[in-house]
Amino acid sequence: MKKLLNSPETFVKESLEGMARAFPDLIKVHFDPNFVYRADAPVKGKVAVISGGGSGHEPLHGGFVGKGMLHAACPGEVFTSPTPDQMLEAAKTVNSGEGVLFLVKNYSGDVMNFEMAADLARAEGIRTLNIIIDDDVAVKDSLYTEGRRGTGTTVLAEKIVGAASERGYDLKRLADLARRVNINGRSMGMALTSCTVPAKGTPTFELGEDEIEIGIGIHGEPGRERIKWRPADEITEMLALSIIEDPPYTRKLREFDEEKGEWVEVELTDPPFQPGDKVIAMVNGMGGTPIAELFVVYRKLAEICEKKGLTIVRNLVGNYITSLEMQGVMITLLRVDDEMVELWDDPVLTPGLRWKA
Amino acid sequence: MVTRDQIVEWIKLVANVLEENKDYLTQLDAAIGDADHGINMDRGFKKVMSQLPAVQDKDIGNILKTVGMALLSSVGGAGGPLYGTLFMRAGMAVDKKYELTDEDLVAMWKAAVDGVIQRGRAQLGDKTMVDALLPAVEAMQQALNEGADTVEILRRGVAAAEKGMKDTIPMLAKRGRASYLGERSIGHQDPGATSSYLILKAMLDVVSKGQ
Repeated sequence: MKKLLNSPETFVKESLEGMARAFPDLIKVHFDPNFVYRADAPVKGKVAVISGGGSGHEPLHGGFVGKGMLHAACPGEVFTSPTPDQMLEAAKTVNSGEGVLFLVKNYSGDVMNFEMAADLARAEGIRTLNIIIDDDVAVKDSLYTEGRRGTGTTVLAEKIVGAASERGYDLKRLADLARRVNINGRSMGMALTSCTVPAKGTPTFELGEDEIEIGIGIHGEPGRERIKWRPADEITEMLALSIIEDPPYTRKLREFDEEKGEWVEVELTDPPFQPGDKVIAMVNGMGGTPIAELFVVYRKLAEICEKKGLTIVRNLVGNYITSLEMQGVMITLLRVDDEMVELWDDPVLTPGLRWKA
Repeated sequence: MVTRDQIVEWIKLVANVLEENKDYLTQLDAAIGDADHGINMDRGFKKVMSQLPAVQDKDIGNILKTVGMALLSSVGGAGGPLYGTLFMRAGMAVDKKYELTDEDLVAMWKAAVDGVIQRGRAQLGDKTMVDALLPAVEAMQQALNEGADTVEILRRGVAAAEKGMKDTIPMLAKRGRASYLGERSIGHQDPGATSSYLILKAMLDVVSKGQ
């Protein structure tokens, strides 16, 4: 293993220290417990939007802390969920009194740690709701698994929900919006190579010189199938069609019911894409993919969307939710309405995403 | 009967055993998960060891709750909340006690495992730590009912946990990251069931020492 690090044990901390030095105007970093937060937090009158997850997906989540996006982000060890004490301290630090919304990717560790954190925050008098993002269509069987993983839609949700917080949405309205973004977003990724977790030192999975993994997860979890390499257009088509032709998807997600005062299962259904839909399209690099290759993918994706009657109203091409140095790509399509597009266009000023600000 | 000092010794042994098995657990996790279970558990119990001296003269409930909180704030992943809950519930079940009768011991494990099931919502056969822990609790309860002594109770629990751990090999994972593998999860032993077995076995090793 050759990586730019000093030791696996200090990797996350030193990376955060570097980020704090690089963006002192935008963010601050708290250590032990670790969290990144807006330099101007708490923001008066605004609901605090907090996310987090394992490290190794940068710029997600810490790179999206700042005006118009997240108020705080809690990084765990590489590919390991953060712990409840991190989320609790982050919530206490950025809560303005308007409450906290946790955006949680659907992995059992993240879901459980954020649930415990929300219970702890509520015990301290902070109104807290959790919304789970589960958009990875590579996971087909929903009845007997944890369900779909949270991937690319998380980036788009953090932008849109963050903008809505900035506009003054209250907690309930913000949670409704986040849920709506989730059920309208779908993603699927693929890998050309594995990634290597620093603490382990060897590749997470073996992939032959001429093999690719379709439906890869952002931690190197295997996907739908392993096939021989094919041209970019064919790969793009496989991913795009899996998303566009995905049937309605129904599952139950855990949310906190404030009236009942307990966690409940909420049944949600993702409506399928239809001709005439407007979408935000993201072509996301997995960390080790040249940008030029991502544009080869975007070129084909735009052509497929056109053929399928989907209008790409906004796009994002680059590395936004990565899997360390993995080579590969993930496509996300989010069906949007006018409100979501307006929120998307609102100013954002974070280390990883910025416009109009 | 299990004494407070034996509980302290158990926690220390668990820390050693998990350090020794760090790579083994991580390899098991690499096959069907995200290759961090051994690393996370080792980090968690290193934090436990740093906090143990401050509480090892206190009651067993206090010690176990401290272990749970240390794991909760250091393990991360799914293992953090699950093992954190296991030790916290165990501690709550034996609050203020300086020694455990056999009834206390079995009740403690039962409360701990109920907590894990509640938090993780896994059932028997889902290929998780529950597959080692639930049969172990049932075997210990039965041994207690039959009038077995402490060592025998634990021995039967460990045997059931070992069998449950091995039974996870042919299972299709239904919870946790392994579930995303579907059919490909078959043929691999569950890392969580393995660490659970190791933790229970460490208790047997401490209690049966010198017998």
